[in-house]
Amino acid sequence: MNNILDLEPTQKLKFYQKGTFTVGNRLVSEEERAVQSSMGRSNSINCGHRGCRGCGEALGARFAVDAAMRACDNNLVVVNATGCLEVFSTPYPESAWQVAWVHSLFGNAAAVATGVAAAYRVKGRKEVRVMAQGGDGGTTDIGLGCLSGMFERNDDVMYICYDNEAYMNTGVQRSSATPPAARTATTDAVGPEPGNVFGTGKSVARIAMAHRIPYVATATVADLHDLERKVIKSMSIHGARYIHINVPCPLGWGAQSHDTIRLARLAVETGIFPVYEGEYGKVTESRKIRDRQPVEAFLKPQRRFAHLFKKPNDPRIAQIQAIADANIAEFDLIAKEDQE
Amino acid sequence: MDHPFAITLDVGSSLNNQTGSWRVSRPVYLDRLPPCNNACPAGENIQEWLFHAESGDYETAWRALTKNNPLPACMGRVCYHPCEDACNRITVDSAVGINSVERFLGDEAIKKGWKFDKPATETGKKVLVIGAGPSGLSAAYHLRRLGHSVTIRDAGPKAGGMMRFGIPSYRLPRDVLDAEIQRIVDMGVEIKLDSHVANVLQAKTEGKFDAVFLAVGAHIGKHTNIPAGAAAKIVDAVSVLRSMEGGEKPLLGRRVVIYGGGNTALDVARTAKRLGATESIIVYRRNREKMPAHDFELEEALEEGVVMKWLSTIKRFDDDGKLTVEKMKLDETGWPQPTGEYETLEADSVVLALGQDVDLSLLDGVPGLVINKGVVEVNKQMMTGAAGIFAGGDMVPSERTVTVGIGHGKKAARNIDAWLKGETYDAAPKHDLAVADNLNTWYYTDAPHTVRPTLDMVRRQSTFEEVVKGLDETNALYEARRCLSCGNCFECDNCYGVCPDNAVIKLGPGKRFKFNYDYCKGCGICASECPCGAIKMVAEDI
Ligand SMILES: Cc1ncc(C[n+]2csc(CCOP(=O)(O)OP(=O)(O)O)c2C)c(N)n1
Ligand code: SF4
Ligand SMILES: [Mg+2]
Repeated sequence: MNNILDLEPTQKLKFYQKGTFTVGNRLVSEEERAVQSSMGRSNSINCGHRGCRGCGEALGARFAVDAAMRACDNNLVVVNATGCLEVFSTPYPESAWQVAWVHSLFGNAAAVATGVAAAYRVKGRKEVRVMAQGGDGGTTDIGLGCLSGMFERNDDVMYICYDNEAYMNTGVQRSSATPPAARTATTDAVGPEPGNVFGTGKSVARIAMAHRIPYVATATVADLHDLERKVIKSMSIHGARYIHINVPCPLGWGAQSHDTIRLARLAVETGIFPVYEGEYGKVTESRKIRDRQPVEAFLKPQRRFAHLFKKPNDPRIAQIQAIADANIAEFDLIAKEDQE
Repeated sequence: MDHPFAITLDVGSSLNNQTGSWRVSRPVYLDRLPPCNNACPAGENIQEWLFHAESGDYETAWRALTKNNPLPACMGRVCYHPCEDACNRITVDSAVGINSVERFLGDEAIKKGWKFDKPATETGKKVLVIGAGPSGLSAAYHLRRLGHSVTIRDAGPKAGGMMRFGIPSYRLPRDVLDAEIQRIVDMGVEIKLDSHVANVLQAKTEGKFDAVFLAVGAHIGKHTNIPAGAAAKIVDAVSVLRSMEGGEKPLLGRRVVIYGGGNTALDVARTAKRLGATESIIVYRRNREKMPAHDFELEEALEEGVVMKWLSTIKRFDDDGKLTVEKMKLDETGWPQPTGEYETLEADSVVLALGQDVDLSLLDGVPGLVINKGVVEVNKQMMTGAAGIFAGGDMVPSERTVTVGIGHGKKAARNIDAWLKGETYDAAPKHDLAVADNLNTWYYTDAPHTVRPTLDMVRRQSTFEEVVKGLDETNALYEARRCLSCGNCFECDNCYGVCPDNAVIKLGPGKRFKFNYDYCKGCGICASECPCGAIKMVAEDI
């Protein structure tokens, strides 16, 4: 038989119209399937956690930590910032974590991780790897100082931010990662400019790149293969690494629990959330849009943007579209063969 | 108990917290009916055999296919594949080339010499099948699988019925047909040729048969009265096609006119071309839209130089070869009406392709058996009014295609088997249809740019059967893998991967998955992200 694996390597996966993007695929070898398809995955965050129905952060955390566990033969220590992920997983004395896990404060996860890494280094435990994780509030706002220090010292830590675009755990307050126009508890949809302000935006991935650390990437829960590949690649590198993962939050975004992955996908396909990676300060690759959608496709299913659709042609939709278009241009998100 | 300083409780796991109690709706695995299977007149489980073909396990695929249809190499050539018209992949790019993969599997089986298993036990019951066409062969095959002893009687000199005497060999090579029939014979089915049955009851009693399946094809060409000279050559399409199988090829001359608008008319017109006719003209009283023949067959015929004379009827055919036709016009109901305008064509012969009848003389005097409009009435069990006598194929009211015939043969066999045991056969209730809306097509990619053109070509060729080039192995594999597996789990692990609560249990290859309802919160992500629509959400009673 003409074995599929004998075909050109670039076509290997593309050749599968069925299951190219699925978690597993019985037609490819075990190594080519996602970590999540394995019956032996570590399930780092187990059943019984109290994340909301359809929580994207719980999902993103299992995707990322399981991949990291696979990459270092389970020799992993995880430092968690305060936030939903910490609160819903670890109500004293119960824990959903099946990994060495430590929580300290809201804003100091990067610093604690630096310390943990230093301790293992001193003890000569080279095999032990350290990662830190937190929400967007803990990363882009209160933890940014510690994080920048960790970057600048090039500490051997992989930091992952699960970005659900607000302070969800305390009741959906605005963070510096909250998108323009989004309604939160602190940016009500009232007055002449309802919802969050159209500020200048803040990209911690680009801030990380400005530190010229070895590896920076963005990812979403909608593309598991891409996410796992990035985590595993990052684990092969020593020094400071940063991965920013978009994780829809049904509660805070006012979305259906079954739409979590669909919304992450739409964030990518509209250009609202650019998925790319960079090394030593330079963008090296971006994930191309497969089926470009207007921003409305992403905004409409979310109640936090409902006020944009109260009357027809709200000009702020065009403003959001312009932001998406700028991302597409900046990160080169449309494949050459798809450009007319 | 000893606890460290400031600790009062034992270490606990989140497993103590059964979040399943939050659920308002629950995911449930189900199998939906793929539209291809639903559309297949032979009742093939297409999705199932494509699943095996995808992994390159062609023998298992062929065995799964032949559970329902014993003639895949033939069907992969002559079936009008309603499955492809129903295929959900049309909403993504284009239909899966089901027919071409079927042909590939059929050819592969002939090449590798795969055989059908003989039945494990013999029932001792004897069934007579009358007619060795698609319906009769299919019934015989299925009855034999069920352990009955089967004798087929056919009036013709060779088995195959319409597949041999009605379908030109450029569409169905005879060695392919012979190989698939031989495989049925090898199971222990007896075929008696040149064995016309004059009276069915007599044949049943004399042969001590417990049941009979009537599967006589429509071999009598319909005629119409055309005023013609004594020397004018008027023949019917079935005889022309039949004589193609004999030693003497029919003599139609250089200018042939075919009268009719069905697939048979096209078959004859194309056959005439192959026999050397310079002109092969089809006269048809209605227009292209109203023509019953399949569009792709018309296209092929036109490409071969067959000429269509639409909206015309034949009025007269004189000895000097002058054929008078009248122009027609469609009325509001779409029916052709004469216009009084005439024209003349030159013709050496006229072939009538106006439909066919079944010779029902063998049924004279069968008590209880009802004939209506030239076909036999049967009940839901395909049994005629006479107990133990069943009928199918061209003999019963239905569309007359090879595939329908094969389907009837299977259905009749199951009913005959039940009847012989004193039972009634109940088909399992059909699953809900897997419609395109049930699918999440994001997970299926388009064909890569590099291979698309070659595939398109192969796909086209496999419907234009004359370019006698089927799929080769890589292409067949590729084509099979385009199947979306509508409504049936293909173990892609998506549900297992996307559950935020780790509440899907993977049972291992071939065993699918199970929900852990102790922890499933009912978010529904698994159902939304299942590519093939094999999960549905059901409201909980609360
Ligand atoms: C110094 C400090 N300030 C405030 C809080 C209260 N607090 C706990 S979690 C949280 C919000 C977390 O938001 P984010 O980091 O985005 O994580 P999410 O809950 O959205 O996942 C806040 C404000 C705290 N624990 N510590
Ligand atoms: S509030 Fe959002 S992030 Fe927090 S548990 Fe619920 S869904 Fe997850
Ligand atoms: Mg947050």
